[in-house]
Amino acid sequence: MSNDDMILKAEGVYKSYRMGPAEVRVLKGVDLAVKKGEFVAIVGASGSGKSTILHILGALDRPDKGVVRFEGRDLSGFGAGELNRFRNRMVGFVFQFYHLLDELNVLENVVLPAMVSATVVGWLGNRKRAKKRAGELLEELGLGERQRHKPYQLSGGERQRVAIGRALMNEPKVLLADEPTGNLDSVTGNGILDVLERLNGRGQTIVMVTHDERIARRASRTITLADGKMR
Amino acid sequence: MYKIILSFRYLFRRRISYLALGAVALSVFIVVVVMTVMTGLVGDFKEKNHDFVGDCVVGTQSLVGFSYYEDFMRILEGEDFVESVSCVVRSYGLVSARGSEQSIGVEIIGIDPERHGRVTGFGGTLHFHKDDASKAFEAEYSPSRPGCVVGIDLWLRRDARGEYSYDSRPSATVLSVTCFPLTAKGALAKAGTDLVNTKTFYYSDTSRSGLAKVDSSAVYIPLEDAQELCGMGGPVKRASQLYIKFGDDVKLNAGCSKVARLWKEYAAKRAGDAGAGLLETVSVQSWKGHRREFIAPMEKEHTMVGVMFGLVGVTTVFIVFVVFYMIVSHKSKDIGILKSIGVSEANIVGVFVIFAFWTGLLGSGIGVVLGVAFLRNINTIENQLFEHLGFQLWDRTIYAIGDIPNQTDVGLLAVVVLSAVVSCMLSALLPSRQAAKQEPVEILQVSQL
Repeated sequence: MSNDDMILKAEGVYKSYRMGPAEVRVLKGVDLAVKKGEFVAIVGASGSGKSTILHILGALDRPDKGVVRFEGRDLSGFGAGELNRFRNRMVGFVFQFYHLLDELNVLENVVLPAMVSATVVGWLGNRKRAKKRAGELLEELGLGERQRHKPYQLSGGERQRVAIGRALMNEPKVLLADEPTGNLDSVTGNGILDVLERLNGRGQTIVMVTHDERIARRASRTITLADGKMR
Repeated sequence: MYKIILSFRYLFRRRISYLALGAVALSVFIVVVVMTVMTGLVGDFKEKNHDFVGDCVVGTQSLVGFSYYEDFMRILEGEDFVESVSCVVRSYGLVSARGSEQSIGVEIIGIDPERHGRVTGFGGTLHFHKDDASKAFEAEYSPSRPGCVVGIDLWLRRDARGEYSYDSRPSATVLSVTCFPLTAKGALAKAGTDLVNTKTFYYSDTSRSGLAKVDSSAVYIPLEDAQELCGMGGPVKRASQLYIKFGDDVKLNAGCSKVARLWKEYAAKRAGDAGAGLLETVSVQSWKGHRREFIAPMEKEHTMVGVMFGLVGVTTVFIVFVVFYMIVSHKSKDIGILKSIGVSEANIVGVFVIFAFWTGLLGSGIGVVLGVAFLRNINTIENQLFEHLGFQLWDRTIYAIGDIPNQTDVGLLAVVVLSAVVSCMLSALLPSRQAAKQEPVEILQVSQL
């Protein structure tokens, strides 16, 4: 595998947290490489550090030690503005608990990343195009009729699909999904996995964290995290 | 754009936001009403004092008065910046109605009514000769005898609504005014059993200046009669004060400075003349300086009320701060989500500061609208309360207040709204900055939800 094919790479990543007087070492030198277009599942027991490595890959958290590279560029060298742009344009997050904004309707939640990256004038110029894209995404995700609904009016599966739509709004290079089916029943969860598979089929790079081996099998590659290291 | 949308949604879709709106609106309402009424009262009181003495006063507090005033009046009247000058004699005496054994202590004010009407608002204070001060002393029942104008509260009682019951014409009452005449050196001018001067006048009108002390003690009589009564007549006449009105375009301080300079030159020129020592007791003051002892307590009260309601404002700011703190705390999940999609700390702070801006603007807007509406109807409300419950803000039988002032000042409203908006934004700044600094993983991890 050549370096050019690598979109995300973690080298010797360490992370520890302080819990009261004790220091919990979560990651103990994690090495990980994700190729463009791959669907990688990171599996591990609860507390194994799966979400932590996902957050570090998406620049939501910083490693204590080690390097994370995105398309060859070291994320630790990014300034605050660059990191915000990275989170906005390069990666899209899907969380276990959907994390939609209750005050916004479905369409507004999906379109939000495009709004964030635009100035007021820029937004006024591009809003039609952005809303069209958000509408198309929602149609594709089976939520075409639910655009004006509020998150509390949706089921868990529908909310997660809205979250996927939001994550894809800015056409990120990597989709990072943290237990995307963890809060859903198996039928609904399978629906979400179908969506992820379909996206990956179209070339979307996906890194998914799950504790469920059966769900991980839907990915093209599975990495196991145990005792703070990749196995 | 998302900042505007989100801040609007937070404002209208969160019940707790209405608490902040209510606190701001209530505070602004109170400040607008109280400051308008207080500012109106102080402004009205100042205007009445201004009307009472004109723009500038050259005079002495001594009961003896000062001499050579006539020449100085001529000098002043020759100046372009002076519109008119009125000579005034002020002293104390007793007044009794013919046939009555009761005497009342009064302040005797001797004036030339025509001149006085040009310098002061005297004409406007009269009832039967309103706006025609020159006829103030024309006694309807005996033109040969001089009339006198009596302070309204010496003559009539206000009813509970603050109104006086005037007769259709002046009653045929003869008043005796008695005074101790003094020499230029301040000694009694007469000796033996005939210590006092007494003159009789027909009651010709009442004066309602709106100044409680003046209206309850002043008796205006013709200048020459006052000089005679007080011992200020004779070959070298004396007066207590000269009231001066400046031209419309003359600034108060500049006019007073010119008068002071002219007086200084004049007094120096007269230094060697007999009785010139009295000129040393004369001072030149603006109307504000001259009436300071009456205006200052009112201004102080105004300032104290301002400070008190400033403290109410501080309390409101604290309430708004607490409300914002609660709102921001409840929105920590949103902050995590926003950060995960690339919103910067500054923009997260911006969301809440804009939210605070809307809260301040809308809250103060509501407060101003309610305040102005209340002020427009404050007198009607007070009348209704008085009619049905007997409640009055100020007992009109005691206080020389007519209607409650309710003229809103756009400048005051602008300052109050601006203060409310800025206070709200500052109140939101600290909690939102704290919240924005949180790491998204700390907020979004499952254990924190």
